[in-house]
Amino acid sequence: MEVLMGSYIIRRLLMMIPIIFGILLITFLIKALIPTDAVTALFSGTVTEDKAAEAIAQIRAKYDLDKPWYQQFVIYVGNVLQGDLGESIRTRQPVMDEIGYRYVNTLILTAAALFIAILVGLVTGIISAYYKDTWLDVTSMSVGMMGISMPAFFFGFVLIFIFSVQLRWLPVIGRGNFESLILPAVTLGFIEAAALSRITRSSMLDVLSREYIRAARAKGLSETFILFKHALPNALLSILTIIGLQIGNLLGGAFIIEVIFGWHGIGELAVKAIQWRDFTITQAVILISAGTYVLINLVVDVLYTWVDPRVRYD
Amino acid sequence: MTDASETAIIAPEKIEAPQRSNFSKGLRRLLRHPSGQVGGVVILFLVLCTIGGQAILPYDPLDIDPIKRLRPPSAEHWFGTDELGRDLFSRILYGSRYTLMIGLVSTSIAAAGGIVLGLLAGGGGKLADMVIMRFVDVLLAFPYILLLLAVIAILGPSLWTAMIAVGVGGIPGYARLVRGEVLALREAEYVEAMRALGGGHLRILFGTILPNILSPLVIFASFTIPLTVLAAAALSFLGLGAQPPLPEWGSMLVDARTFLRTAWWVVAAPGVAIFISILGMNLFGNALRDVLDPKGQR
Repeated sequence: MEVLMGSYIIRRLLMMIPIIFGILLITFLIKALIPTDAVTALFSGTVTEDKAAEAIAQIRAKYDLDKPWYQQFVIYVGNVLQGDLGESIRTRQPVMDEIGYRYVNTLILTAAALFIAILVGLVTGIISAYYKDTWLDVTSMSVGMMGISMPAFFFGFVLIFIFSVQLRWLPVIGRGNFESLILPAVTLGFIEAAALSRITRSSMLDVLSREYIRAARAKGLSETFILFKHALPNALLSILTIIGLQIGNLLGGAFIIEVIFGWHGIGELAVKAIQWRDFTITQAVILISAGTYVLINLVVDVLYTWVDPRVRYD
Repeated sequence: MTDASETAIIAPEKIEAPQRSNFSKGLRRLLRHPSGQVGGVVILFLVLCTIGGQAILPYDPLDIDPIKRLRPPSAEHWFGTDELGRDLFSRILYGSRYTLMIGLVSTSIAAAGGIVLGLLAGGGGKLADMVIMRFVDVLLAFPYILLLLAVIAILGPSLWTAMIAVGVGGIPGYARLVRGEVLALREAEYVEAMRALGGGHLRILFGTILPNILSPLVIFASFTIPLTVLAAAALSFLGLGAQPPLPEWGSMLVDARTFLRTAWWVVAAPGVAIFISILGMNLFGNALRDVLDPKGQR
């Protein structure tokens, strides 16, 4: 069993190599394909043309922008492997200095939202499935329908309006403390809970209609026991896959939520960087987020083999 | 046996008859479905607003009137006015065209790209399959919004680049779906028959297999269209899509936070408009799935 699991993880790691190479290539292309680069933008209109051309050439040479693209790509991959994501074109500071603490902030927001999404999504999904077609189910599914139709940014404003402007319970803009985490995490968590609740409901309904559940009922087991010991563990398999995929949504969704609530994460930075045309920052944020997502999916896949031994034998 | 001999002598035009009645039966069931009705009304309203154009608007959506700035909703201005005194009701009605346009253009890009890649991966041999699916896997390794940001970082922010970005972001999903369907249908008897009749490779892929996977494609599109509209609105909200003064709903929310204390209607009008449109599309999609998906009929 241990050996099987070990070989599965190794195979899974090998499968990641082409993916990581592809991610590096795409993030590299972000920089290579931009028509007007930040170097030109930096000097446009500020100095005479001759001086600008000279300065531009200098900076181009410094950042290896004068070399052919494949050499630039090799240099880029080499630098990334050494943990060097380049300097911000705008501030001339290493990108990692800016990203470091923001990355932690984004992870905190994503984790808090994931916790809320799982809590709310699983509970409402299970209740809906168990009380199928009753008012509880209909209400929960209607709210879920509204949830998947609600733009996260508008929901955020609604919550700010109620809890910050009207009731004055929570701050509008946060500075990283727990109080200012509540609204963004709830916004993001509830939106994702809507989708999770619908999936939990359908996979619970699927499991509850199986023969072994009928057999368990025939044995006279208590409904709670059947629900939590027989149905839920089996339904969790498909739910876990969806949660893995949803982490990508949460990570991306966090980008929007950060802008609304002024949460200093990498998303807020990425949006600003695109507007500043500071491609090194944009590139680094996208690389780091995609890398994080790939790692999380790896963890979910390994968890999956632990929950469902059948996967290991495939 | 009798069935087979009967089918053999039926004239082609008679075979078409039950198909047409299937379609009208489906349409009737769609229109009788409660969520199909609600969703249909919302979508119809968006279409009518788009067709009606400027003629149905009480005010010019771009007309600035500094004296009337930030007026609350009233009989004169149903949804109030914004910070430049523009009539919000007119801007919302006019903005519905962008919502429809985004849904159509982005989904077309996603579906066209995904169908071509999926058909080639599923029916174009092992090498094509491997190369295309590795590419799709790489695209799927990016969280959705990040893929959109990457495209916009390259193309620069505008309504069109936002639509292209959302379209490109949708390609991997369609490609995976189409590939799976092609693999399932490749050995089907009627495909074998086409091959035996000497149908060319591409002709079988695009002419025989593609028409037969339209139903799962429509079901998938009913999921993705609302998502594309939401994503494009989010991009505009971030300032990376439609640019002011265009009355696109997402971009109308760019400065929303400033007005939450003083003029909530400036935030509520576009926000509720997006919400209701997406809800309508989702409800209509639900009804469509119930009608098209045989599993849902049980």
